[in-house]
Amino acid sequence: MTHILFRHRDIPDIKNIAVYQQHAGFAALKKAVTSLQPKQIVDEVKASGLRGRGGAGFPTGVKWSFLPDTIWPHYVVCNADESEPGTFKDREIMESNPYQFLEGVAIACFAVGASEGYIYLRGEFYPIARHLDACIAEMEKAGYLGDNLFGTQVSIRIKTHLGAGAYICGEETALLESIEGKRGQPRLRPPFPAVVGLYGKPTVINNVETLSNLPYIVEHGAAGYRQFGSEKSPGTKIFSLSGNVNKPGNYELPLGTTFRELIFTHGGGISDGHSLRAIMPAGASSSIIRVDEETFDKVMDTPMDYENVQNVGSLLGSASVIVIDDTHTMDWVINKTIEFFKHESCGKCTPCRDGNYWMLQLTERIHAGHASAGDVKLLDSVAAQMYGKCLCALGDFSTMAVRTAIERFPEDFEKKVKA
Amino acid sequence: MSSVDNIPNLLRDKYPEEVQAIFAKYPIKRSAVMPLLYLAQREAGYITKESMAEIATLLELDTTEVAAIVGFYSMYHDEKAGKYRIQVCTDISCALRGADKFLEHLCQNIGIKVGETTPDGLVTIEEVKCLAGCDKAPMFQLQDGDQVSYHENMTVDKTMELVEALKKANLEVKE
Amino acid sequence: MAKLINLHINGTPVTVSEGTLVVDAAKKVGIDIPVFCYHPKMEPVGMCRQCLVEIGRPMIDRASGQPVLNEDGTPKLQFGPKLETSCTTPVAEGMAVLTETAKAQAGQKEIIELLLTSHPLDCPVCDKGGECPLQNLTMEHGVSESRFTFAEKHHGEKHVPLGDLILLDRERCIQCARCIRFQDKIAGEPVLSFYQRGRNTDIVSYSDPGFDSVFSGNTSDICPVGALTTVEFRFGARAWELKQAASICSQCPVGCNVTFNVRREASTGGGYVIKRAMPRQNEQVNEIWMCDKGRFAGYQYTESASRLKLDPAELDSTLRLAAAKLAVAQAETVILAGGRLANEDFFTLKQLAAALGAKTYLYSNMGGGEQTTTYGLSAGSNLGHLGKGDTVLVVAADLYNEAPLWHLRLKAAAERGATVIVAAARATKLDEFSQFVIRYAYGDEVETVKTLADKEKIGDAIKNSKNLVIFYGSDGLGLAGTAALAETCANLFASVAVDGRTATPNNGLVGVWSTPNRQGALEMGFAPCTNLAAEIAGKTVYVVAADPAGDDPALAEALKTAKTVIAQDILETTTTRLAEFTLPAAAYTEREGTYTNAERRVQRFYPAVPAHPGTKPDFALTAALAKGCGLELEGRSPLLVMNKLALSESAFRGISYASLSEMVEQWPIIGRGDLYYGGTSYENKLGLGQVLESKLSSGLAQSQPTIHAGLRMREDELLAVPVTKLYDNGITLTPAKLLQAHIQRFNGLILNPATALKLGLENGAQATVSLNGVTYPAKVLVDASISTGVVLIPRSMGIPLLEPTAVTILAQEA
Ligand SMILES: Cc1cc2nc3c(=O)[nH]c(=O)nc-3n(C[C@H](O)[C@H](O)[C@H](O)COP(=O)(O)O)c2cc1C
Ligand code: SF4
Ligand code: FES
Repeated sequence: MTHILFRHRDIPDIKNIAVYQQHAGFAALKKAVTSLQPKQIVDEVKASGLRGRGGAGFPTGVKWSFLPDTIWPHYVVCNADESEPGTFKDREIMESNPYQFLEGVAIACFAVGASEGYIYLRGEFYPIARHLDACIAEMEKAGYLGDNLFGTQVSIRIKTHLGAGAYICGEETALLESIEGKRGQPRLRPPFPAVVGLYGKPTVINNVETLSNLPYIVEHGAAGYRQFGSEKSPGTKIFSLSGNVNKPGNYELPLGTTFRELIFTHGGGISDGHSLRAIMPAGASSSIIRVDEETFDKVMDTPMDYENVQNVGSLLGSASVIVIDDTHTMDWVINKTIEFFKHESCGKCTPCRDGNYWMLQLTERIHAGHASAGDVKLLDSVAAQMYGKCLCALGDFSTMAVRTAIERFPEDFEKKVKA
Repeated sequence: MSSVDNIPNLLRDKYPEEVQAIFAKYPIKRSAVMPLLYLAQREAGYITKESMAEIATLLELDTTEVAAIVGFYSMYHDEKAGKYRIQVCTDISCALRGADKFLEHLCQNIGIKVGETTPDGLVTIEEVKCLAGCDKAPMFQLQDGDQVSYHENMTVDKTMELVEALKKANLEVKE
Repeated sequence: MAKLINLHINGTPVTVSEGTLVVDAAKKVGIDIPVFCYHPKMEPVGMCRQCLVEIGRPMIDRASGQPVLNEDGTPKLQFGPKLETSCTTPVAEGMAVLTETAKAQAGQKEIIELLLTSHPLDCPVCDKGGECPLQNLTMEHGVSESRFTFAEKHHGEKHVPLGDLILLDRERCIQCARCIRFQDKIAGEPVLSFYQRGRNTDIVSYSDPGFDSVFSGNTSDICPVGALTTVEFRFGARAWELKQAASICSQCPVGCNVTFNVRREASTGGGYVIKRAMPRQNEQVNEIWMCDKGRFAGYQYTESASRLKLDPAELDSTLRLAAAKLAVAQAETVILAGGRLANEDFFTLKQLAAALGAKTYLYSNMGGGEQTTTYGLSAGSNLGHLGKGDTVLVVAADLYNEAPLWHLRLKAAAERGATVIVAAARATKLDEFSQFVIRYAYGDEVETVKTLADKEKIGDAIKNSKNLVIFYGSDGLGLAGTAALAETCANLFASVAVDGRTATPNNGLVGVWSTPNRQGALEMGFAPCTNLAAEIAGKTVYVVAADPAGDDPALAEALKTAKTVIAQDILETTTTRLAEFTLPAAAYTEREGTYTNAERRVQRFYPAVPAHPGTKPDFALTAALAKGCGLELEGRSPLLVMNKLALSESAFRGISYASLSEMVEQWPIIGRGDLYYGGTSYENKLGLGQVLESKLSSGLAQSQPTIHAGLRMREDELLAVPVTKLYDNGITLTPAKLLQAHIQRFNGLILNPATALKLGLENGAQATVSLNGVTYPAKVLVDASISTGVVLIPRSMGIPLLEPTAVTILAQEA
């Protein structure tokens, strides 16, 4: 398998700038800055079909083209908050292949006319941030960042900013608030960050993995990129595989790779001889896919891309595939996910703040076996009541596992409730 | 009466270059609040009211606005605890790989409950949400002021060794 | 003129200007959409999600860009799958809003249910009970039966003091952030915030002292539940027992419209007492806000133990004997009147003085009043309309302390784009919101104003302004100094306003007086006296609403040399104690009358409670004295006095009680059945008052003020200057129990820390200051924002500093 993002797996020392340079490092940035117009890059990225890897899968080039060229400056902000349970891919990119990532950030800056890019890392990534700071210094020294890049008028600077433990800061407007020195609570939309973003200026926000694809796209063109993946979901994707598998870890595979290949070929199958019961393909925010004898093949043969995962009742999201074996029941799973969401709800809007509190009381009671059948119904109705009424997507996220667990695994709840 | 005169100059006096560098990073002052809070946490292990007041003065904010940030983010602490915080992830992926049991055993071995601090004031054990180390559970992060390090694929034994090492290192520092 | 948009709300056609929010558009046509976080005075945040409605928008054909039509030719509407928050959605052409469909109603009901999972059901003991939007909506939607297990409910701490005026009930808080946003955006004092997050979110204040803002009371008005209550009113009364009485705050020259809530109480033998003061909407004066001084000190002295009273027979004989003295004294009488008197009182005094041939003086430390009767703010002015192109100059005034609502409104004007220029000898809170700050040394006030127009940017801002308003005060100045400053300001104004715009709204001078009706007195020709002590020696002195003896030992001595002193007041004072005759006046809360605020707006106040037995309104006392001198003056009712006043005082032409009570529709609509919209502030049903006609057309005279030479100080001396603090030991403030700590906070000698250090003093140390041969003990307060070489001495705190004076300060022996 060719790695686009995980080149460190083929070239272990690529995190050294000299090694990175030897392997065509910064060629794309140089090409972009010295021989391409920003608009050409935007068009190329549009043509490549690259979709945001942060979860929503929005076409990156299209997003860039929303920035008005009447308001300046523009900012690029990279979302390195990586806090969705089950997601740990951006971390590996930044730790092991940092220059390709930073080159990507710089290309994005050039493409949207930003002279400053901020990388927002979750506070726990403190060592990574310091490491990136050192890499940025190296790049400045070597003339890949700073003023008059490659002898042109272009200046690009990249800065890191550490969060401090808040999943909600992965939500793009909360992230902007956080950089501005405020509580990380989402903003109202509209206006969208593309128009009113960081410090009130037009801003592009992209995920680490999204941006790390850019050097490849600039170098090899849209067509080169499209040789991987499918028509609507081109490129490779890093799948973070965790839970009850023998070989958990990150796997960079073409979009459209099947669950079977990921879990059984790469992941080495279900651990301890148990069998597969459920998959959460998008971390804690997933609709839970039920796997049983009847649905096993259908699910396993489903290509993991933005369209096909929907056919098995879920979403690809950030491709954080959590595998759950048959020793676990869903009342426990949703108790875990709601603990997470209750802890991470920012508290700004009523349905999420109070709904998650309520759901936690109920899931705890259900999991502990103190609940009635009515409580399960109530839990479902509270989740339904929250859905679609929140200020940001976190509120909706928190209801996904709950509703699908109750709907798709009724036996787990029947067993738990008091007669 | 303005209490400006009673505000300590701790950060400014002790870390002048860092404070300078933090300010240089952003186009507006207020953005410096999070890095400055980390600096304050490095100083005391938690964020004191005095340092909130100092940061407020530095940034031309009200102390309340600074406190609001401290309260929102879970990596800022407003109360003293152990010098090191062992923060074990027990979120879904880690839990599927036995993180809950790991935490339980670790607590038994160290002899404190979650949220408590060892009598020597060295270690506090905390339970935290996903740390992006899901494939290497059981895992935890060690928070020491503003610094963080990850410890992955852990066992209780390995953790106890780490605690011993921390103990020793601190004794040496004290002497 | 903004573009007009047509839409339908529940089938009703509505036309509003572009940019209007759906929730406001609905309100305009009488459709109430429930809101908690939304407040019409603040930017929407869409947090509480209570205002969910269904919104349909005309479908547009992608290809043609034309609306898709139904078979009947009407535009086809497209409704989204989700409910939308009406507080964050601006109207759009052809939009259809549905607030009463099953879906919308279910959505609203579901949000209430969620809110109630963490809200206690303690309505029976909650101060907000009876005027609580959450309670009302809960009843309306019938979510009375809880699906939530009570034991699992979120509980929070109760009675948490955020400061010494406001309490927080953590579990009643619904996290709407109205209070936080009010403090941040409207008051400009971000001393409240959320702490923690998610369900643990709590309101906190980390300011020192807690909730350090003079606008804090307003947060309890706009809190849509009973989470924020005032320490004063908590457990004070139930909302439904209260009656309302419209009034005007008398604590400063702004004249905020207020409502007093009254009820009968056993403590007064079943008589009415005032339980609280709340703002009453007047968009031209105070909008829906008021300051804490007005709220917590505005009426409290009504029930003071030191109220003066006389039983009827005693009062009659006192009046008779005092009148006899006046009748004898005739032109040898001096009348001294304070600025808290109503227009009707001043007019009655003026008539008495005229008949006796007596001299009348306005009792005040501040000169320059004449300027505002000529150059005063023009008719139709509204500080709320100042914006881009307009310039406001504030000289020698600390508006935050002296007239807090003006501070608030000028801050807002600056945010709308007006150029605010603050010239002062020390930092004031308005500095932060102004475009230009000029710092001068005490003594250089006149010089500074004289040269303003020559300054490059500031001069341009003044000269090229569309409208120009100049506020001048008395910070660090005495009578002569303020008079000179006023004249200089008038000259500046006249030099700029040569193009005839003087008669257009939002132009003119405003004096930052210390009393509610000084402007009214000025308009009737009352003026301060520059040599009072000499004037009163040997005379028969009729002192009304003033305490010269208490303010200044020299005046106390002078009064002792007077032939007779007749003192008329509400409360016992040093002056009433040394007077031969004491006349007990009714408090303004007990009577009717009008005040003219410093913006020259005449406003009515009404009796909230019956007059204390043994007291009479000032004009009635004066009329009774007049009667004893053989003079028939109107003493029956203030309305009758006003009828005469308006005929004989040219400034008041056209003013009547009826005209003052005229109402025009105000926006936002507040205080009606749906308390959630604007909070519990009161709707104004009794008139917005009337602004006096401008005299500006009558030529602009320029004169040269006499400038007094600056003081020369010895090495060991400091320049002591009088300043005004919001909270002082003024006669009406001392009975306000809640404010004692606030008063003490500024009671002392305010020095730069370096100056204090040089004197061997530190913050809080005891020192003495000698003034005119008398030594006064005082606490030292340091403040780095004032210059070295001066000491600020707050007025009405016990040290009678009338003019800038050289003083020596010594550490007090322990
Ligand atoms: C609650 C919440 C958490 C999120 N967390 C992350 C995150 O950790 N990393 C990330 O890249 N995107 C995250 N997102 C998605 C971002 O808001 C945003 O869509 C993304 O960064 C856009 O980048 P992309 O277009 O490159 O995917 C999160 C969204 C929500 C609602
Ligand atoms: S949905 Fe949750 S996280 Fe998002 S704004 Fe509402 S409370 Fe905050
Ligand atoms: S969300 Fe509209 S009123 Fe709160």
